[in-house]
Amino acid sequence: MSHHCCQDFSRTELLRRAAAGTTPRGPATRDPRMPEAAGKGLDRRQFLLRSAGVMLTVYGASRLDLGLFDEGVAQAAGASDRVLVNVFLAGGIDSLSVLAPVGEAKYRDLRPKLALPGGGTAFAEDGRLQWHPSALPLATLHGEGKLSVMPAIGYDHPDQSHFNSRHFWEVGALDPKLVTGWMGRYLDRVGTQDNPLQGLSLDGDLAPAIATARVPVAAVASPDQYDFWAPGVWGDVENFMLDSFASIGNGHAGSRDAAMRAAGAAAAQSARLRAQLAPFGSDKLTGPVAYPEDDSGFAGRLQAISAMLAAGLPLRCVALGGPGDYDTHDSQPESLTENIKTTSDGLLAFQRDLEARGLADRVLVQVWSEFGRRAEENGSEGTDHGAAGIGFLMGTRAKGTMVGEFPGVDRLDEDGNLRATSDFRAVYSSLLEQWFGHDAAAVIPNAGRFGRPALVR
Amino acid sequence: MVRSNSPLVERMTLVWHDWFATSDDGVGSSRLMLRQNALFRRRALGSFEDLLLDVTRDPAMLVWLSGIENTKEAPNENYGRELMELFTLGAGRGYTEHDVREQARALTGFRADWDDGVGLHAFRFDDELHDGGTKRILGKRGDFDWRDACRLCVRHSTHSAFFVNKLWSYFIPVAPGSGTRRALERIYERGGYKVRPVLEAILMHPQLYKGPRMVKPPAVYVAGMLRATKRGVDTDSWTWIGHLMGQQLFRPPNVAGWDDQRWLDTATWRGRWIAVTNALRPAQIDNDQDYPEDERSAEAVDKALAFWGNPTLSRTTRQKLEAFSERCAQTADRPWEQEPVRRLRQNALRVLIATSPDLQTS
Repeated sequence: MSHHCCQDFSRTELLRRAAAGTTPRGPATRDPRMPEAAGKGLDRRQFLLRSAGVMLTVYGASRLDLGLFDEGVAQAAGASDRVLVNVFLAGGIDSLSVLAPVGEAKYRDLRPKLALPGGGTAFAEDGRLQWHPSALPLATLHGEGKLSVMPAIGYDHPDQSHFNSRHFWEVGALDPKLVTGWMGRYLDRVGTQDNPLQGLSLDGDLAPAIATARVPVAAVASPDQYDFWAPGVWGDVENFMLDSFASIGNGHAGSRDAAMRAAGAAAAQSARLRAQLAPFGSDKLTGPVAYPEDDSGFAGRLQAISAMLAAGLPLRCVALGGPGDYDTHDSQPESLTENIKTTSDGLLAFQRDLEARGLADRVLVQVWSEFGRRAEENGSEGTDHGAAGIGFLMGTRAKGTMVGEFPGVDRLDEDGNLRATSDFRAVYSSLLEQWFGHDAAAVIPNAGRFGRPALVR
Repeated sequence: MVRSNSPLVERMTLVWHDWFATSDDGVGSSRLMLRQNALFRRRALGSFEDLLLDVTRDPAMLVWLSGIENTKEAPNENYGRELMELFTLGAGRGYTEHDVREQARALTGFRADWDDGVGLHAFRFDDELHDGGTKRILGKRGDFDWRDACRLCVRHSTHSAFFVNKLWSYFIPVAPGSGTRRALERIYERGGYKVRPVLEAILMHPQLYKGPRMVKPPAVYVAGMLRATKRGVDTDSWTWIGHLMGQQLFRPPNVAGWDDQRWLDTATWRGRWIAVTNALRPAQIDNDQDYPEDERSAEAVDKALAFWGNPTLSRTTRQKLEAFSERCAQTADRPWEQEPVRRLRQNALRVLIATSPDLQTS
C-alpha cells in the first residue's frame, strides 16, 4: 500500500507537485495505480527545462533592455536589496530523524523500528546528534559555517493540529484570527504599490506567510506560462482586451463590497504580473551550477529564484514549499529518506548557485515545518504529530551556530513530545532586525517578549 | 451541477465534499471517491448525524484519515482529531488532547483487505481490532465505539453553533448575528439534526439577498458558465482547469477543504481566465462567419451580454466595456477592417464580461 498519512499536506504542496509533473494540458497523477491523466503533455524533465529556461531569458533580456519591464519593477529593481527565501516542509518533519539523538539510550527505546543506527556523521555542535545520511549536504554547509540549526524550535503550549500550528508559524503569532503573514506585514511596511514581485509565492498559490494587507504580492505556478490568450482575439483588439481587464479590475479595486474588491484587485494584479513576466519565454537551461535531478520541481524553483535575482528582479520575500509530504504517520523511512535528500541536495545546489553568481551575501534561506513528531514511534512504522521540531537558516551571512540546544529525549513534555528550546517568533524578530534592519515590534505581536538569537553575521 | 434538475442537492454535495474533504491524492482510488460522492448526494439534505455516521465508515475516508490504520494495539489519532476539529466542533472548542486520544480508541476496529489487482477492498468493522475498554470522551464515560464517537460529537454542546456557522458560511460571507444563529441552532436541534430545515432557513434569510457578495467557488463559476451557454461537461479539461483555479474536484488541498477566503490570487485568477476561454471556444466567431460591419459599440456589449444570458452588470463594468468597445472601433480606420475588428471585439467582450468581478461573484 502506498504511503498515506493524515494527508494534511498543504494546498501549496498539492499544487506544486501537480505543476512540476505537467504542462497546462493536464494534472499530474502521483499514484502509479491510477491511470495517467488524459491529455498529459510534456514529461517532467521537459517541463523543468522550460520553467527554468525562461528565467535564463530574463537574465539576458534584463541586461539588454530594462525597458521591457514594467516601469514600477524597473524602478524598484535594487541589486542590493536583501532577500529572504522561506521554505516550508509541509506536514511536520521528524526532527529526530534529521538530527537523530543516537547518543541517547532512550532514543532506541522510543524508536525500536525507526531509530537510525549510530556511526554516521556527527553534528559538530552536539555529539549526541547524528545527521540523517540523506542530509549530508546540510552537514557540509554547517561545516562551512553557512547553516544555523534550531534543533528544537516551537512555542509554548504547542498545538498539534496541522492547521493551527502552521497558521501560527505563517502569521508569526499564536493568533487564530490574524490573516496577514509575518513576511506580508513586513512587506506592508517597506513594499510599494507597483511591485507584486516583492513577495513571490512559487507554488501556484499565495503562501499565507506573505499575505499582505496593503501592497500587492504575486503567486505564480510557472513564470513562463503566465499568458492571457483568448479564442478569436488577436492584434490590437487583443492588446486592448488585456488593458481592459486591468482597467475593469482597477475600477472595482475600491468597491465597497469586499468580494468585488477582491475580484477587482486579483484582475489588476494579474495584469501587472503579466506585464512583468512577459519577457520570460525561452526553452534553454543553463547556469553556473548544475542542480540535481528533481521530479518534485523543488530544485528547478530554487534555480528560478537565483536566475530572477541575477536578472535584477525586485524580490524581497519568496515563499515556496519543500519537496514531499512530511506527515509520516506510516512507512516513514521510505518517504522521509527521499524527501530529506531532495530538500538537502536542492538547498546545497541553490547555495552554490548563489555563490557562483555573486548573490550569496544577499540571500538567506529559512527552512521550517509546523511541528516535529512524537518521540515515540506509532505502530505503523510512522510517527504522530509532535511539538518542537527542526529549523534551519542557510546562507553565507547566516551565523552558522546552533539556536537553542537539543533538549534530549529523556525529558519530554506531558504528551511525549520534544520541548522547544527556541521560539519561532524570536527567530522572526531576529531576522527582521538583523537581516532586514526593521523594527520587529512593528511586525511581530509582542515582539518584546521574545529573545533575539544572533542569526546573522 | 451543470445538468441537474436539483441543483441544490448538487450544491450540497459539493459542500459536503468540502466539509468532509477527502482527496484522491491520498485515497488513490477513483472507485472509492465516486462511492463517497454518491454518499454525499444521497445524504445531501438529510440528517447530519446519519451523514457523519456514514462518512465515518466510508471507505475513502477510512483510507484518507487512517481509519483502517487505527487499531486497539496501535491507535491512530488522525480521524478522531479531525472528527472534532473540522467536522463537528471546531478547533479548540470544547475538547482536549485527552479527548482526541480517547476518540481514537473508540474509533478502532475498521479494516480492509489489500489485493494487488483490486487495491483496498472488503472494508469492514472487526471486533478483534476494536478497543472495547472504557473511555472518557467529552465528559462522558463508557465503552464507546465509532457510533458513540460520532453521536457524542453531534450531541455536544458546541456542535450546533459550529454546524450552523459553517453551513451559513457556504452561502453568506459574514457570520450570522447571535440571534439568527441561536434561532438556526434551535431549528437544527428541534429537527433532530436535519440539514434541510436549517438550509431552508439560511436560503430564505434576507442576508442572502441583501448582504455582501461572495466570490464564487471555481466549480460553481464553471457550472454557471456552462449552464448559461447550454453546454454540458463534454471534456475532461475541466479537471486541470479546476486545478489552475484552485479547486480540482476530488482533490481538495487538505482535510480542511478549500479555503473560501482565498479563491483569488494572480495564479487562480489566470485559471479562471482559462476556464472562460475554454467555455467560449466552441462558440468562437471565426473568420469565415459574416459579422455586421456597422455594429455600434453599445450594441456589441449588449450582444455579448445576451450570450451570457443577460447577467446584471455594475455601472463601472458597463462603462469600461463600452470604452473598450469604442477603442476597438476607432482602431479600424479602413473600410475592410470594420468587419474583422468587430468579430474580434465580440469574442473579446465575451471574455471580459465573464472574467469581470460582476460575474466572478454572486
